[in-house]
Amino acid sequence: MLANFDFDVIRRALPYLFYEGMTFTLTLTALAALGGLVFGTALALMRLSGLKTLGRIAGIYVDFMRSLPLVLVIFWFYFLVPYIGQWLTGASRPISVGAFASSLITFIMFEAAYFSEIMRAGIQSISRGQPAAASALGLTYAQTMRYVVLPQAFRNMLPVLITQTIVLFQDTSLVYVLSITDFLGAASKVAQRDGRLVEMYLFAAVVYFTISCIASFGVRRLQSRIAIIR
Amino acid sequence: MNYNWNWGIFFQPNPMGTGSYLDMLLSGLALTLKTAVLAWIIALITGSIVGVMRTLPSKGASWFGFCYVEFFRNMPLLVQLFLWFFVLPEILPRAAGLWLKQLPNAPFWTAAIGIGLFMSARVAVQLQAGISSLPRGQKMAATALGLTTVQGYRYVLLPMAFRIILPPLTSEFLNTIKNTAVAITIGLLELTGQARSMQEFSFQVFEAFTAATLLYLLVNAVVVTGMRFLERWVAIPGYITGK
Repeated sequence: MLANFDFDVIRRALPYLFYEGMTFTLTLTALAALGGLVFGTALALMRLSGLKTLGRIAGIYVDFMRSLPLVLVIFWFYFLVPYIGQWLTGASRPISVGAFASSLITFIMFEAAYFSEIMRAGIQSISRGQPAAASALGLTYAQTMRYVVLPQAFRNMLPVLITQTIVLFQDTSLVYVLSITDFLGAASKVAQRDGRLVEMYLFAAVVYFTISCIASFGVRRLQSRIAIIR
Repeated sequence: MNYNWNWGIFFQPNPMGTGSYLDMLLSGLALTLKTAVLAWIIALITGSIVGVMRTLPSKGASWFGFCYVEFFRNMPLLVQLFLWFFVLPEILPRAAGLWLKQLPNAPFWTAAIGIGLFMSARVAVQLQAGISSLPRGQKMAATALGLTTVQGYRYVLLPMAFRIILPPLTSEFLNTIKNTAVAITIGLLELTGQARSMQEFSFQVFEAFTAATLLYLLVNAVVVTGMRFLERWVAIPGYITGK
């Protein structure tokens, strides 16, 4: 029962949970979202480029990533990245990659597939007249994308992109399978050390819930404010 | 790459004495499918009830639906599974908690129910969108014909809404299958879990994960093909996808 619920355990663990755990979670979320967006946009441009091979490669990559569970992908990269590093640097042994770098690469590669679908929808939502007008003005393909298409696509899709980032924030908790000290990892380490599973997991749930709730409330407000009036 | 490939490993006996390593992976696949199907049944039933509640004129019902969806959507699945698995037995009355802890196959039931409830919030959102995508006239016509609210949903709104949302439901079902891999954290030896333990026993990392990857791709392809047939079969005449 909750009669011997110990708030003091949580209070004592707070510095560790937030300085170590939450910092890791938030840094990973931010960098993975940024990297995933850049790589995902590149994939979307490949699919919409009209070049058959390029489009097919991007399509296969996206479908492949989206049909695998994230946990399996985390394991894949955790074991694969040292070998890729060895191959890239020409070292004689698989190089050791830190927990942070390994999970960052995983999340960028994985989330890129999801971000690419969002950006593709965003680019396709822009009327044909826009790129046509841009090329009539003498803009090159790169300039058209940089100054005309992508800014609008990005703006139209901003709410969806942030929603995906909230999902990413929740998904980073899965690095637990590599015993990394993210927010949930930190909570679980304290929980096991002090034998206080109930307190720590309930607290972790409340923190994740609060952050996600505030963020999705923000998305809803943003959606009504930035809508382009056509 | 100085990695010793050994594809024959799949036919060597596994240390559990339950056949070869391949048998181990296949038993993982069976457990993945079993968990996913049970979770999906829970998600469909609960999600449909909550999704309908969100479209009801009653303030209380739609408010409950809103809270339900927000509750299950704003927590990572992993945290939810931990709550069901570690926290629930402790905060229940002593006898009930003890009974839960001694339940055989506890990881399986926890995973199925936990993932089912997690996915039910997503099903509810899809169904709500499907129902509100129907023209207002449908509900009004049902009322004009003298159908009660229950009958209106049963004979008019739901048969339409479910067929409209079939494609997004397919991807939610695929998500359910993928999400079962999270249950590795509470000790469920599903496909990813079996690949992981095969890697730990045999040190053949990449063979184990390649096999698991191929099996997931296969399941995906089967589900997508099956659902495409179902979509064609139940398509609504007159809609773009209809006959």
